[in-house]
Amino acid sequence: MADNAGTRDLPKRMSRSIFDVMEIDTRLLGMIGAFIVICVVFDVWTGGRFLTPRNLFNLTIQTVSVAIMATGMVFVIVTRHIDLSVGSLLATCSAVMAVIQTIIMPKWIGVEFGNPIIAPVAILAGLAVGAIIGAFHGWLVGYLTIPAFIVTLGGLFVWRNVAWHLTDGQTQGPLDPYFKMLGGIDGTLGETGSWLLGVVAILFTIYLMISARRNKISHSFPVKPIWAEFAIGAIFVAAILGFVWTLNSYDVPVGRIKRLFEARGEVLPEGYSEGYGVPYSVIILIIVATVMTVVAQRTRLGRYIFATGGNPEAAALSGINTRLLTVKIFAIIGVLCALSAVVASARLNFHSNDIGTLDELRVIAAAVIGGTALSGGVGTIYGAILGALIMQSLQSGMAMVGVDAPYQNIVVGVVLVIAVYVDIVYRKRTGD
Amino acid sequence: METFDKTASVPLVEMRNMRLSFGGIHAVDDVSIDLYPGEVVGVLGHNGAGKSCLMKMLSGAYQRNAGEIYINGKLADISNPRDARNYHIETIYQTLALADNLDAASNLFLGREMVNRSGLLDDAYMEAETRKIMGRLNPNFQRFSTPVSSLSGGQRQSVAISRAVYFNAKILIMDEPTAALGVEETKMVADLIHELKAQGLGIFLIDHDIHQVKALCDRAAVMKNGRLVGVVKVDEVSEDDLLGMIILGKNPKDEEAA
Repeated sequence: MADNAGTRDLPKRMSRSIFDVMEIDTRLLGMIGAFIVICVVFDVWTGGRFLTPRNLFNLTIQTVSVAIMATGMVFVIVTRHIDLSVGSLLATCSAVMAVIQTIIMPKWIGVEFGNPIIAPVAILAGLAVGAIIGAFHGWLVGYLTIPAFIVTLGGLFVWRNVAWHLTDGQTQGPLDPYFKMLGGIDGTLGETGSWLLGVVAILFTIYLMISARRNKISHSFPVKPIWAEFAIGAIFVAAILGFVWTLNSYDVPVGRIKRLFEARGEVLPEGYSEGYGVPYSVIILIIVATVMTVVAQRTRLGRYIFATGGNPEAAALSGINTRLLTVKIFAIIGVLCALSAVVASARLNFHSNDIGTLDELRVIAAAVIGGTALSGGVGTIYGAILGALIMQSLQSGMAMVGVDAPYQNIVVGVVLVIAVYVDIVYRKRTGD
Repeated sequence: METFDKTASVPLVEMRNMRLSFGGIHAVDDVSIDLYPGEVVGVLGHNGAGKSCLMKMLSGAYQRNAGEIYINGKLADISNPRDARNYHIETIYQTLALADNLDAASNLFLGREMVNRSGLLDDAYMEAETRKIMGRLNPNFQRFSTPVSSLSGGQRQSVAISRAVYFNAKILIMDEPTAALGVEETKMVADLIHELKAQGLGIFLIDHDIHQVKALCDRAAVMKNGRLVGVVKVDEVSEDDLLGMIILGKNPKDEEAA
C-alpha cells in the first residue's frame, strides 16, 4: 500500500492552499462567486438598479418559497429519488389553507374574518395535509416500490387538480391579515428587531465555532490555526451584519408610515423614516435551513439518508429501515411544500389556480445547481438555497434588463446544464 | 454440560433444516449446520451453490422459508439485519457493504451511531473510537476524514473488518474476505482470524481457496446445488477430497462406507 506513506504526510505538505487550511468548501466559494458575478453584471447593465436595498429585498422574498422546498429536495435526490409533484402539492396545501381562511372559518364556523385564530388553524391544517400527502407518496415509493419518478409524476397531475377542485377553480382571497404577514413585505421585523436578530445569529455562530473547536481538542484532533478561525468568524459576522443592514436600508414608503401613524392616532414626525428589516418569511427560511442542516449533518436520520444514497444495499444490511426512511423523506418535503405554500400565497395575498406552476423544475434546478448529485449520496442544504438564489437573481435581473420571458427561460435552462457540467468537471479534478 | 470437549458443549450457532427459494428455485434446500465457540467453519462450494444464501439467512439479509436457528441452544428469531446484530452476529460481506460517500467512522458506526445528551451524533467520539480500533487492526490507516470511495481495496477491507470486530461480535460471518486483497493484507486477515478464534468467537468463513480453508478452518461444510454435501474436519481429508466434494458432490465418508 504505497499510497499510505504519501497520505500520512498530507497535513504537512507545503502545497496546501489557504482554503484547505481554513477548511472552506471550494464549491461553496464557487457558487458565491457566481452569485456575485451575476449581481455585478446586472448592476452595471441596469445602471445601478440591481444592487439596491429595494431590489435585494425583493430578490430575497422571491427566493424564499423555492428555497424552502429545495432544502427538502436535497434529501429526496440524495436518496436517488425525485419529486416532480412539489409545485402541485404546494397548490393543494395553498388551496386548503385559503379555503379555511375564506370559507370554512368565516362562513361555516362563524369565526369573523380577521380573528387571530384563523391563521394558525389554516397553517396547521396546511402542514398536516402536506405531511400526509408526502408520506403517502413515500409509502408508494418505499413499500410498494413504485419509482418515485412515476409516483410524483402522477402527483403532479393529481394535486394540481385536487387544488382546482377544492376551490371550484376560483381564486380565493383576500387572505387573513395575520397570514399575509408571512408573505414578505407585509410582515417584517423592523430595524431594531433585525439588528437584534443579527446579534443573536452572530453569538450563535461564535458559540458553534468555539464548541466545535473544543470538541476537537478534547479528542486531540488537529484544529485549524487560530487566525483561520478568526478569519472565518469575521466573514460570518460581516455577512450577517451586511444582510441585516441591506434589508434595513429599504425604507418603508412615507405614505405607508403616515397611514400607520394615523391608525394609531399619532402624527408623523418630520423627516422620520423606517426600514423594513428582515421579513418573517426569510426568518422561516433561516429556521428551515438551520433545522435541515442539523438534520443532515448531526442526526441519525440525516446519516441514514446519506448512507442510503451512497449505497442502498449497505444501508439495508446495516439494519436501516430504508422503506420507512423513504416515507419520512417524502413527508419532510411535503411539510416543506406546505410551508412554501404559506409564503407563496401570503405574498400574493390570494390563492390562484396556477400558484406554484413549474416550481418542481425550479426546485430541482436549485438543488442541482447547488451541487446535489442526481446519482445520489451527495448534496448540501446551503448549496440548494444558494442555487435557488442564483436562479432567482438571474431571472429577476433579466426581467429588469427587459429580456422577454421566453428568453429568460432559455437562459435559465442553459445555465442549469452548464452548472451541472462545471460540477462534473470540478468533481473529476478534486476526485470526490 | 460444562465441558471442554467441543462436541459435547452447546453449539454457538445451530441452523436446522434451512430452506430458501426464489420463485421455484431452491437456493438452499434442507441444510443443517453448526458452529462452536472458538471454531472456524469453512463454507465451500461453487458459485451458486447456496453458501452465501445460507449465511445471509443467519445475518438477517434474507428471510428463510423454513428452518430454525438456535443461538447458544436457544431458538433465535432473526428476520432482519438488526435482529442478527442483537445476537452479536456480525458479517463482512464480499461487497464490503460500505456507503462510499461516507468516511470510515460513519461506516463503522452505520446503524449504531453514538449520540450525545441532546440526541445529536457525536462524530468526534466516533472518530476517536475508529482511530483506536484502526490503530490495532491496520496502523497504516490514516485517512479518517475522506469518503471511503477514495481508499484502496485493503483500506476499505479494514473498515469493513473493524465494523464487524468493534461491536463485540460473538459470531462472525466472513464472505470471501481476502478475494480482493494482496499477499500482505491476506496475511493480516489470517492473523486476525487466529486472534478472534483465540478469543472464543465462532467464525463462518466462505471461501473458494482450498489452501486457505485447510490453513484457517477447523471444519469445512461443502454445498452443491443448494444441498449440503457434507461437513468434514479439514485435518482428516485431503485437498483432493475437498475438491471432489465441491465438484462432484461426493462425500469421502460415504465412499469409505461403500
